Amino acid sequence: MATKGKVKGIISNLVTIEVDGPVAQNEICYITLGEQRLMAEVLKVTGDTVSVQVFESTRGLKVGNDVEFTGHMLEVILGPGLLSRKYDGLQNDLDKLTGIFLKRGEYNFPLDKEQKWAFKPLAKAGDQVEAASWLGEVDENHQPHKIMVPFVMEGHYTVKTIAPAGEYTIEETIAVLTDADGNEYNITMIQKWPVKKAINVHVEKPRPFKLLETGVRTIDTVNPITEGGTGFIPGPFGTGKTVLQHAISKQAEADVVIIAACGERANEVVETFVEFPELEDPHTGRKLMERTIIIANTSNMPVAAREASVYTAMTISEYYRAMGLRVLLMADSTSRWAQALREMSNRMEELPGQDAFPMDLSAIIGAFYSRAGYVYLKNGKTGSITFIGTVSPAGGNLKEPVTEGTKKAARCFYALEQNRADRKRYPAVNPIDSYSKYLEYPEFEEYISERISPDWTKKVNDMKTLLQRGKEVQEQINILGDDGVPVDYHETFWKSEVIDFVILQQDAFDAIDAVCPLERQEFMLNTVMDICRHDYNFDNFVDVSEYFKRVINICKQMNYSEFHSEQFEKYVGELNNLLAERQIAEA
Amino acid sequence: MATKAFQKIYTKITSINKATCSLKATGVGNDELATVNGKLAQVVKIMGDDITLQVFQGTEGIPTDAEVVFLGKAPSLKVSDQLAGRFFNAFGQPIDGGPEIEGTDVEIGGPSVNPVRRKQPSELIATGIAGIDLNNTLVSGQKIPFFADPDQPYNQVMANVALRAKADKIILGGMGLTNDDYLYFKNVFNNAGVLDRIVSFVNTTENPPVERLLIPDMALTAAEYFAVEKNQKVLVLLTDMTSYADALAIVSNRMDQIPSKDSMPGSLYSDLAKIYEKAVQFPTGGSITIIAVTTLSGGDITHAVPDNTGYITEGQLYLRRDSDIGKVIVDPFRSLSRLKQLVAGKKTREDHPQVMNAAVRLYADAANAKTKLENGFDLTNYDERCLSFAKDYSNDLLAIDVNIDTTQMLDVAWGLFAKYFKPEEVNIKQELVEKYWKK
Ligand SMILES: Nc1ncnc2c1ncn2[C@@H]1O[C@H](COP(=O)(O)OP(=O)(O)OP(=O)(O)O)[C@@H](O)[C@H]1O
Ligand SMILES: [Mg+2]
Repeated sequence: MATKGKVKGIISNLVTIEVDGPVAQNEICYITLGEQRLMAEVLKVTGDTVSVQVFESTRGLKVGNDVEFTGHMLEVILGPGLLSRKYDGLQNDLDKLTGIFLKRGEYNFPLDKEQKWAFKPLAKAGDQVEAASWLGEVDENHQPHKIMVPFVMEGHYTVKTIAPAGEYTIEETIAVLTDADGNEYNITMIQKWPVKKAINVHVEKPRPFKLLETGVRTIDTVNPITEGGTGFIPGPFGTGKTVLQHAISKQAEADVVIIAACGERANEVVETFVEFPELEDPHTGRKLMERTIIIANTSNMPVAAREASVYTAMTISEYYRAMGLRVLLMADSTSRWAQALREMSNRMEELPGQDAFPMDLSAIIGAFYSRAGYVYLKNGKTGSITFIGTVSPAGGNLKEPVTEGTKKAARCFYALEQNRADRKRYPAVNPIDSYSKYLEYPEFEEYISERISPDWTKKVNDMKTLLQRGKEVQEQINILGDDGVPVDYHETFWKSEVIDFVILQQDAFDAIDAVCPLERQEFMLNTVMDICRHDYNFDNFVDVSEYFKRVINICKQMNYSEFHSEQFEKYVGELNNLLAERQIAEA
Repeated sequence: MATKAFQKIYTKITSINKATCSLKATGVGNDELATVNGKLAQVVKIMGDDITLQVFQGTEGIPTDAEVVFLGKAPSLKVSDQLAGRFFNAFGQPIDGGPEIEGTDVEIGGPSVNPVRRKQPSELIATGIAGIDLNNTLVSGQKIPFFADPDQPYNQVMANVALRAKADKIILGGMGLTNDDYLYFKNVFNNAGVLDRIVSFVNTTENPPVERLLIPDMALTAAEYFAVEKNQKVLVLLTDMTSYADALAIVSNRMDQIPSKDSMPGSLYSDLAKIYEKAVQFPTGGSITIIAVTTLSGGDITHAVPDNTGYITEGQLYLRRDSDIGKVIVDPFRSLSRLKQLVAGKKTREDHPQVMNAAVRLYADAANAKTKLENGFDLTNYDERCLSFAKDYSNDLLAIDVNIDTTQMLDVAWGLFAKYFKPEEVNIKQELVEKYWKK
């Protein structure tokens, strides 16, 4: 018998319930309010009193309203047909909801039960299988969507029968498995998984080492992220977190992209809804929407569901990773998730930590980031979840709990700087404070030497040194004045400006400049570092700035032109002529 | 509000503090309205039969034997075309001496629009102010606040924007308005002959602060009526949202909630987002655009109210007095319209995005030159030119008294570029330079 209960108290969306039977931590229940059933999750149990967070508005709720427990935690339904969909934080298909406004208590099935999928068996009768073994595959938007032994099945099984190639719906049995005792299990194309539990179906999780190309120079060239890597983008409001994340999600070399819009603006989600069906994946030429799933729990949607949304997104990512795919997961903004935790923790009158966030915030963030990663599956194949979250620090101050907690968990740090954003130096990633820990991994160095060139890492380091030098020199010029320093100080400063304008800055709204493939990044870095390696003839500092402004202007025109097009080559020629004017030939 | 015969009257209040009172009652719904000796109150907490009520006008003078009547519904507003031209208090009751509104009773603070049913905003709102139209173009369905110190003329600028914006309805939500400002808005709208397009919900400094909490939801419920039912373009003006947030803080502190930054409640972000996210472009043509005011204290935008607002809204407009030209300008550095790229260069001339960025970059160079000057260093010829450019740019384009169309703004900018710079100093795509550079 399912446990039942009655509402005893209500403070905003925290409801206390008196129950008549067993309940589990994080169990889902439904509160009846007239015709509506409001979904809620157990947060705390004390005797027969249970505190739940309701995923909806509690307006009109009364003492004595009936509650029914479901016996399971918050789950998602996994199966073919997830791609291209737009879900809310609880995996309701937003397109299936009726009316312009969201109605409280309206939930739906997240997949299409009618659609037939062309199934190809991969296993055969007699095969030994276990959780996540690939039984067959269907083509989901050109991705080989593996039908797997449900992750909840523990132990070993034998395939008794497997459906022949053909068209099936997600609810039809495609395999029958037997366990050691001869019990039979019918397997369909769908399975369920509780979102707060990590799906661990891999044999090994090595350190990520392969570059994940994003087409963003300040990432790939300067502080690269890896397939299966983690990164975060903190920045005051308006410094470009969302634009950067959108750029990555459009351009990255991934098979599946999952975007969790977590407590941010609805209009930004609409932008993805409008653009992604039109834009092409630069790697496959197919429409971006085909590889994308959007989990939208915008800031005006219920706060508790906002907390659930990041877990929903992560679980779906893990599902695709188990198929041997490269998944890119983006969450904007993880601070809103942390705030959702804070709101509940405060209502429950828990002992507050710093800035009233829950005491264990850092552990919660760490546990979440640890679900990403590059894995070897049991069948020897690999899969990955690359996770990039944004952080919205209060007052733009990076010494706050969410930023600090995330810094411990994520390996790449892309610090957006107010000052750069104010001067429209986009993307406003501060090249000196930001880092990628992957650059320190020998296995990454090996990979990148092979993929680009053996001297690549050295060039990138030289570039960073020069940026640092440029900054120091600029400070000295500011203190001593333009003519208080030698002319070659100006030269150093302007070389660092060339790097800034040509490599670091990138116009996300220019059709060509927006995406910079790795090959082109290599060309531009070579060009720029070649400029910087040389010495120049200058009489005075005014000449220096005028000259380098012309250099920058030509290089920018290159960035705006199609790579190796006639126009591009024309600028290359112009640049060479200009350089010849003042460059001192190498000894 | 008349008491209906069958309503139960409670007369035993068990505890009272400055904003709330509690009593024992049954059958009460969360968020439900009640009257306490005739004063409106709302249920904010239920624990068994212990009910806590937030009394909007404050609890001064409420006795333990006050009569409490529950009204069986959440705060609501009667909506119909009769709203047009009328002035109301925070409870939606007329304050202009006119008759009560007849219409459908709608609960305020209603549900959110399903994101997949939204349309992407794409209609430019022209204000004639170049600091807005050129650098920070507004789009219908957008939400954007003015960030301004209390001594800036934000209400005047906002009124100007509202009148030039070609909206079908303008809904004013005044929170903690001084009586003078309230009369100012009334006069401006009256003089412009647009009173029939205006609906106002006003809480002045003379009214209890907690009442303000109802104003945004009242204004937005009226806005939704006109935008959804009548497919109208509605502009909602909310001034001043800092007063609103202060009222939130008062209530949460009185309810012993753990404050987060700057004594604001931990839920401030969600509370503000629920309001601002009502801005929307509906597929049927109606839209709600929100222009708000967030007053700053001493220009501090790291304070929790402007900070959270900045994270929610689609940009902000920053007013600042430019002492070089002695005028108030829309500061190009901190101001931003996030939606401008949806219209700039698309609904306006192709060179718009590049011209606006180039001008701001040069203005930044001027700021650097100014720092040099202040530190007692010699300026280069380029520095000098930047400074002269900045002065003209500020006067001809950034000042809030500018009123020209976007194409003129672009021409003025190109004119200033040519006057002070060489094309390679301006960093604009070659093809645009060839087309628009003033020879
Ligand atoms: N790479 C870029 N190229 C050009 N413009 C950019 C770029 N990045 C950011 N911008 C500009 O900055 C604005 C703000 O960017 P964005 O919305 O990404 O900020 P955010 O950090 O996500 O802010 P919030 O925290 O408030 O969500 C954009 O609307 C755009 O005008
Ligand atoms: Mg953002």
